[in-house]
Parts: sequence; structure tokens; C-alpha cells
Amino acid sequence: MFFDHLVLGATGEFLNIGDILATLVIFIGLMLLLKKFAWGPLMGVMQQREDLIKSEIETAENSRLESQKMLEEQRGLLKDARTQAQEIVENAKKQGEVSREEIITTARAESSRMKEAAVQEIANERDKAISAVREEVVALSLLAATKVLEKEISEEDNRQLINETIAKAGEVQ
Amino acid sequence: MEHGAPMHEVFGIWFNLSNVMMLLVAALIVFLIAFVATRNLQLKPTGMQNFMEWIMDFVKGIINSNMDWKDGGRFHVLGITLIMFIFVANMLGLPFAIVVNGDLWWKSPTADPTVTMTLAATVLILSHYYGIKLKGLKGYAGGYIKPMPFLFPLKVIEEFANTLTLGLRLYGNIYAGEILLTLLAGLASASIFGFAAAILPMMLWQGFSIFIGAIQAFIFVMLTMVYLSHKVADDH
Repeated sequence: MFFDHLVLGATGEFLNIGDILATLVIFIGLMLLLKKFAWGPLMGVMQQREDLIKSEIETAENSRLESQKMLEEQRGLLKDARTQAQEIVENAKKQGEVSREEIITTARAESSRMKEAAVQEIANERDKAISAVREEVVALSLLAATKVLEKEISEEDNRQLINETIAKAGEVQ
Repeated sequence: MEHGAPMHEVFGIWFNLSNVMMLLVAALIVFLIAFVATRNLQLKPTGMQNFMEWIMDFVKGIINSNMDWKDGGRFHVLGITLIMFIFVANMLGLPFAIVVNGDLWWKSPTADPTVTMTLAATVLILSHYYGIKLKGLKGYAGGYIKPMPFLFPLKVIEEFANTLTLGLRLYGNIYAGEILLTLLAGLASASIFGFAAAILPMMLWQGFSIFIGAIQAFIFVMLTMVYLSHKVADDH
């Protein structure tokens, strides 16, 4: 009597085939229904998310590589620009040097030319002045001599004489 | 304390109507939870979807700890359904028991050995089926003489022992829990002093039974996967 409780399924003298069938049918039915209505869609979404994450990672990787490439490119461009700028500055400097040299040369030539011209002019003027003075001296001397001598001497002879005297005087000078 | 069962005969097959009803209730609850939780699925999960995904990942973890996902992926649905069904079934008997005309109607369906043994036998039969399907008849039969041929008798006994222990472990835990709850409920309803004495152990035991119910559901699924992997996986 007491041990009856320890017998499995001690609900009678028969095997509960019905319970076994019910358990199987209900459990398998539940499994199929859930697979169709719950687990299937859920697994689909999880798979979708996995794919999404995978593609996102790929995209991120790609854009990272692309930006790396672009950065490299920009760096190259910057370097080029810098070199070019340096070149331009260098050229400008050289150009400036050349034009400075040119200007200086021109100025120097101009000034020496002007100086020469001035010297020439001065010399001319001096000569002119000397001639004028000489002329004046001759005239004066002639006048003086005429007055002193009061003598009729041919103008031609006088002039020759006086000129000689003055030339001598000029040489002595 | 010892209640009868509402037996009913249909075409010479005996049904325990209490078991049938409680199995249906458990199945309905599991289905509703899963169905409601998986409406309006989103890539960015919220609320219940998170919970269901956690269960899926949990079972996936159990499977992965036993075999390759390549082999074990096919058991994912079985594992999730098993763990939820057994857990809900274990919980059903905790809040109350309903007895009508001396017949016990409301209880955990897993407090009946017929139900648990059916589940256990199903799992073991599945393991043999997949063992033959995936490794071929030769590979399957070879499993009985590995690592040593003289272990063959033990291997055969093991198959039956596995079935028995898998089913009876679950049954024993839940049935014992319900017996104690019934005793405490009897004490509580006996007198005002009995109620005062029973209320604390009742709460403690119910809390513990929730823990046991969860653990047993986990163990059942874990062992299911272990047995399946023994038959399916190449190395173990």
C-alpha cells in the first residue's frame, strides 16, 4: 500500500498511452507553431542584424581606407604646392636680382655718361672762355699798344705780333 | 494529500485529463509569450524582443558549449522550445493546486513521470535518429565500441540510464516541490496557528521552487544537447 506511491505513474493499473500521445502532440505542435510564428522571424531578424553589422563594418573599413588614400593624396598635393610656391619665390628672387643688377648697371652707365658729358661741357666752356678772354686781351692790348705807340703800323702786322706775344705768354703760362 | 487523477478513456486509450489540460495551458502560455514578444520585430531590439533574443543566445551558448554550430544549429529551435516549455510547466504548479472532487486538476505537467519520460525519450530517440543521419549507420554503430569494444554492454545500459535519469530528474524535482507545497498548504489551512507557522516556509519554498524550476529547465536542455552531441559530434 505504502509502496504504491513509489511506482511511477501510480494512477492505476494501466499505462497512460494517452498522456504520452498528448505530450508528444502538444510539444511537437508547440515547437512547429513557434518555429513558424516566433523563432523563425526572430532568427531572421537576428541574421539580418548580423548581416547589417557585417556590412556596416565593411563599409566603415572601406571608407577608412578611402579617407586614408585621400589624405595621402592631399598630402602629396600640399607638398607639390609647397614646392611650387618655393620655386616661384626662388624665381622671383632671381628675377629681382637680375633686374636690380640691370638697373644698377644702367644707372651707373647713365651717371658716367652724364659725368662725361658734364666734363666735356665744362671743357668746352673753359675753352670758349679762354678764347673769349684771349680775344679780349688781344683787343685790349691792341688798343693799348695803339694808344701807346700812336704809330701807324699796319693793323695786320700788329695783330700778328700781338698774337705771337700772347701765344708765347700762353706757352709760358 | 494524495489526490486522484481525472482519468478518461477514449477508444481504449487512457488520458489523464489533468495532464492534457496543463500541457495545453503551458503550451498556450509559452506560445503567447513568444508570439507577443516577436511581433513588430526590429533591427534595434526593444523590450520583449531583447528578452527573447537573450533566451535564444542563452540556448545557443548551451549548444555551442557541446558541439559545433554547424552540427548543433539544427537543434536551436528544439532547445529554445524545450527550455521555455519546461520552465513554464515547472512554474505552473507553484502558485496553487486545484482539486475537484478529489481529482487533482491544476499542477505542473512536469510533476508527472509520464510527461517527463516522454520528453526524455523523445530527446534520446532524436539523438539516435540524428546520430544515424549525420554519421551513417556505420559511424553510429561504431560509437558503441569506442573507446574499447568491451564497453559495449555499458554503452547500451548508458542509453537507457540516460533516458531514465533525464526524465526522472525533472519529475522528481518538481514532484517533490509540489508535495512539500501541498503539505505546507494543508498546514496553513488547518488552523490560524498553522497558517502563521506555514507562511514563512511557504514563501521560502516557493522561492526555492522557482529557482529549482529554472535550474531544472536549464539542466534538461543542457543534458539534451550533451546527449545529442555524443551521437552527432565527431569528437567528445
